[in-house]
Amino acid sequence: MQIVIIDDSGLRATVLEEGLREAGYDDIHIVPPRGAFVARLERMAPDVVLMDLGSPSRDTLEEMLTVSRALARPIAMFVDQSDEAMIGAAIDAGVSAYVVDGLRKERVKPVLELAVRRFNAFAKIQAELEEARTALSDRKVIDRAKAILMSQRGLNEADAYALLRSSAMNQGKKIVDVAQALITASDLLGGGGL
Amino acid sequence: MTTTLRIAFLPLTDAAVLAVARERGFAEEEGLDLNLVRTTSWATLRDRLIYGQVQAAHMLAPLAVAVTLGLSQQPVELAAPYKLNVNGNMLVMASAFAKALEPDCGQRLADPIGTAHDFAAAVGLWRRKPVIGIVHRFSSHAMMLRYWMASVGIDPDRDVLLRVLPPSLMVEAMLAGEIDGFIAGEPWGSAAIEAGLAEAVAIGQRIWQRGVEKVLTFRANWLEDNPDSVDRLVRALARAAAWCDAPENHEALADLLSRPQYVDQPAYLILRALAGTIVARAHDVPIANPDFMLFSREATPFPWRSQALWIYSQFVRWQMLEHSTDNMNRAAAVFRPDVFRRALAHSDVAMPGASMKLEGALATPLGVGSRRGELTLGPDRFFDGRIFDPEQVEGYLAGFDTKR
Repeated sequence: MQIVIIDDSGLRATVLEEGLREAGYDDIHIVPPRGAFVARLERMAPDVVLMDLGSPSRDTLEEMLTVSRALARPIAMFVDQSDEAMIGAAIDAGVSAYVVDGLRKERVKPVLELAVRRFNAFAKIQAELEEARTALSDRKVIDRAKAILMSQRGLNEADAYALLRSSAMNQGKKIVDVAQALITASDLLGGGGL
Repeated sequence: MTTTLRIAFLPLTDAAVLAVARERGFAEEEGLDLNLVRTTSWATLRDRLIYGQVQAAHMLAPLAVAVTLGLSQQPVELAAPYKLNVNGNMLVMASAFAKALEPDCGQRLADPIGTAHDFAAAVGLWRRKPVIGIVHRFSSHAMMLRYWMASVGIDPDRDVLLRVLPPSLMVEAMLAGEIDGFIAGEPWGSAAIEAGLAEAVAIGQRIWQRGVEKVLTFRANWLEDNPDSVDRLVRALARAAAWCDAPENHEALADLLSRPQYVDQPAYLILRALAGTIVARAHDVPIANPDFMLFSREATPFPWRSQALWIYSQFVRWQMLEHSTDNMNRAAAVFRPDVFRRALAHSDVAMPGASMKLEGALATPLGVGSRRGELTLGPDRFFDGRIFDPEQVEGYLAGFDTKR
């Protein structure tokens, strides 16, 4: 069974491909939805096409599925319209799946379930990355505010941090917000720059 | 009690009425909280609607008919009780291609017959079979482009290559030389013109003066089960649409739509379609087309069944579907004037007495029978002067040369 993953994001496609390989599928191709991707897909004649629901290129793909004379059998979205729970889970996870006509649903279902799990796992990883990125930029803001306090108030680093923390507690705010306010004020007043 | 409705839309200027209903309090006054879900492809908008992730959608009118007839993946009966706009499309072609056309853009747009003939000559002269981007096979834009080209003998399935691309990727595809032009809803044509890549060649309003465009679409069974929510939404949209049509609101509307959660394009580009001041070539003076996009006046939102049937006639004409009485009736039933009337029964919205009319028969504005208030229908001619009689679909189709 040949599976094509159409995806822009290198990471998500890799996460999905890995999962499929672990499950024993070995005829897997990743095609980014750019340029003449439709012609490439036509030559491959895949059995299953997996695509991110958020990809703007879905209309281009569906047009190809409608008009292509190269495809021996029609490909339609999802295989088992009666399995509403499965379709709901796929849509929620952001997976669209096109399956060649005649492929038995019990053969497709595990692929789809795996794609849903992997897409969800990827979304989780992304959220965590985003969180880490935010934490990193928070840390930078706090460092800059500490530096301002150190240079303007002659404090050492530990005392500068303690001052930020106690101001935050007194005002019922997050340290990063107090630090940001301090930086803004310092910029406005032209004090020390940093 | 507030009801939350999730509605999917594509980032286009003609999603205006939905955005305004939410942002200007019209939905809130009807006890509705609109959760607008920005979507990047028509396929995903369709899937969110038919698989129940959203209750309603800002949909291409022909797509609503196509899904109901089983022409676009899973067949589901859809219902469109309200038209979100008429007109608003623009065909733009690469500047080099446009050199073969009338150089005075004002005249070029005002004379679609002459331009169609020039266009046919340009197709033959172009270095390859021209590749024209369309947003979807079942879009009003594609229907009008086919209609316009075929009038001068261009076979849209043979003489040009129609390539489906999302509107937001059209400008990029022009830049990469993948397409030679495209027809799309605004502001995407204006964006390509502003980038110096293309010139306006035709506008929807000059091909069909009152062309059906986006419709508010529900799953038919959801619409039947939730009449109260449907009616409240239709009422909120009718008031939002009147606000959108008022010239004094156009600037504020352009600002609103320019936000990242809506169209995410510069307000001055969006304003062109709203105000009907079309810049056809970069740095040219704007050309006034006051009916470029309509939201409310002339009973714009009323879902004439004859318009659903015109769409059906085009499906048959282009061999996307076999003609049968059953198919025709199912297509007509997608538009729901009955629901429109029910929802607005106690409002001051002018209400047509009929549900069908001749399409393309009015050369000048006409006052018509209305249950209340004055109702004037605007001129609605097709540029070639044909008239569509919804009672005579077969006769209308016989008038076209469909043999290939």
